[in-house]
Amino acid sequence: MSKDNQLSQWEVFMQTKNGGPFEHQGSLHAADKKMALQNARDLYSRRKEGRSIWVVPTECIVASTKEMEEEFFDPANDKIYRTPNFYKMPQGTKNL
Amino acid sequence: MNTKDALINYCLRLADNSMIAGQRLAEWNSCGPYLEEDIALSNMALDFFGQAETMYEYASQLINNQKTADDLAFRRSEREYFNCLLAEQPNGDFAYTMMKQFLFSTYLKYMYETLSSSNDETLKGFAERSLKEVKYHFRHSSEWIIRFGNGTEESLKRAQFALDELWRFTDDLFCMNATDEELISTGITVSSDSIAAKWNLTVKEILQAAHLTIPEKFNVITGGYSGIHSEHLGHLLCEMQYLQRAYPDAKW
Amino acid sequence: MTEEEKRIQFQQRIDAGEKIEPLDWMPDDYKQTLFRQISQHAHSEIIGMQPEGNWLLRAPSLRAKKILMAKIQDEAGHGLYLYSAAETFGIDRSEMIAMLHSGKAKYSSIFNYPALTWADMGAIGWLVDGAAIVNQTMLAKCSYGPYARAMVRICKEEGFHQRQGYEIIAKMASGTPAQKEMAQDALNRWWEPSLMMFGPHDADSPHTQNSMKWKIKVESNDTLRQRFIDRTVEQAHHIGLTIPDKNLKYNKETMHWEISPINWDEFWNVVKGNGPCNHQRLNHHKKYHQEGQWVRDCARAFEEKQMKESNAVKSN
Repeated sequence: MSKDNQLSQWEVFMQTKNGGPFEHQGSLHAADKKMALQNARDLYSRRKEGRSIWVVPTECIVASTKEMEEEFFDPANDKIYRTPNFYKMPQGTKNL
Repeated sequence: MNTKDALINYCLRLADNSMIAGQRLAEWNSCGPYLEEDIALSNMALDFFGQAETMYEYASQLINNQKTADDLAFRRSEREYFNCLLAEQPNGDFAYTMMKQFLFSTYLKYMYETLSSSNDETLKGFAERSLKEVKYHFRHSSEWIIRFGNGTEESLKRAQFALDELWRFTDDLFCMNATDEELISTGITVSSDSIAAKWNLTVKEILQAAHLTIPEKFNVITGGYSGIHSEHLGHLLCEMQYLQRAYPDAKW
Repeated sequence: MTEEEKRIQFQQRIDAGEKIEPLDWMPDDYKQTLFRQISQHAHSEIIGMQPEGNWLLRAPSLRAKKILMAKIQDEAGHGLYLYSAAETFGIDRSEMIAMLHSGKAKYSSIFNYPALTWADMGAIGWLVDGAAIVNQTMLAKCSYGPYARAMVRICKEEGFHQRQGYEIIAKMASGTPAQKEMAQDALNRWWEPSLMMFGPHDADSPHTQNSMKWKIKVESNDTLRQRFIDRTVEQAHHIGLTIPDKNLKYNKETMHWEISPINWDEFWNVVKGNGPCNHQRLNHHKKYHQEGQWVRDCARAFEEKQMKESNAVKSN
């Protein structure tokens, strides 16, 4: 008998409302794209959760690590001038 | 046959088709070739049980609630079931089940499409809703047929065996009897000839893509819609009706 | 950074309530404990489909059949979410299945008891899922991100599982004499096994200390078990069923229900493989896993051919 194969792993992203973001739901196994899409529907939308689905082979996901966290994300901490509240508007200014 | 009786029979046919097909698919529970497919098979079984319930309820209404939907599903005997022979055939291996599912869902797809223009509002609504479900069943099963035919030598062999065995039950899908005659004359349904023509085209197209050979038409068996079944149905009902029969006074 | 420094930093993250993600550094024993627990949890969901599957084809009404089918299907889904969480440790599902088949990985012993009557569908939903929910609600707070996320989803979906079980048993408890008898009999058979689902007493549970330090568990076996007992005793009384324990009594001071000592010999006996259905459950899983091999091979072969063809088109 040939060696067991459980097919390849895929990641599932689903849009729950029209116009909304595609959010990660989890993963599944499938042999091909069509199968992955259908399995995603059967697995992650059993309760009408979905409107649209993306599936991506897991091996295509590139993830940052904990070690990268500081150098990647901390430099943004002191750039508060990117947020609207940083700016003082003259009293009585409207529509801004 | 008057129109009302014909309509009752027809509802039972639709209900029984879905009920028996659902029961067969439910047998796959925890037996699927891998987990994702197990879940897909359960989904289709659930679609079928929902369809059956809707039609049993309509039939119950037509007989003035003398029997409930559950009575109709669980307390009739073999000769009172009007499902097609294909639906009641044992599952066999995964190729056999998928072939059954493919031949059947192609039929249901065109049948519900046609029934979506019925002048009976309940049937029309039912057909429109169910059509969405069986289109998915068709997609799922036809893709598997193509995988079998283009996968391994073994999968091709198993699919061909399934086709050879099941082909004999496909004429039965399109048989018409007094029920159909009455309902066609009143515009509730149409002749199954047009459904058969579409079915033939689609089935041939998929089977060709799967390198499968349609067997010679011999040993054609029909009778499901008139209540003449294969021996397999009785055993299926024994199991399905066990509690209702063993405890007739109980409510569950 | 030395191994020891990494460990200290790791523990600081846990203590601060941070979640650990797959690519983060983690101690080997944390990884091993979690992998063992998650994969066994996954196997439990999958093997757990069998006792209920035993009644699926005999469900007594259209409604009951749909509900049971949906519930068992959810269990397959939950097994799958959990396998995925375990796969984040870089171990493929096929390896986990091989471990299940070789006996290296266990599953919850509760599923080694037979489902003998329709009332067992009630008892399993009410007691077994009831016990599982107590446990899983806690696990949704666990320190490992993928496990906690899977548990959040599972808890949300299992909302109806216990209720449908209680509904079945309540209906039977107020039904015909035969139904009442089946309901009480099911409770009698499933009560003690469901108490054992929480595992050995804290004092006898070798993994508890580490698991709590790492926030894999945030509450102990005995705490969880007591919560389950207090809830369930009152639910049983509410529908006129008797908890099969002569020593059951309410302690007004602690405000808890007290029970007889649990028969742990029975527990370990079933864990070791001597329960009424251990062989049946595992053999069923092996049989259909093997029968599905050609299907998986076919799907893979088909995909490989497709890839080859599309590559050939590209290179032309």
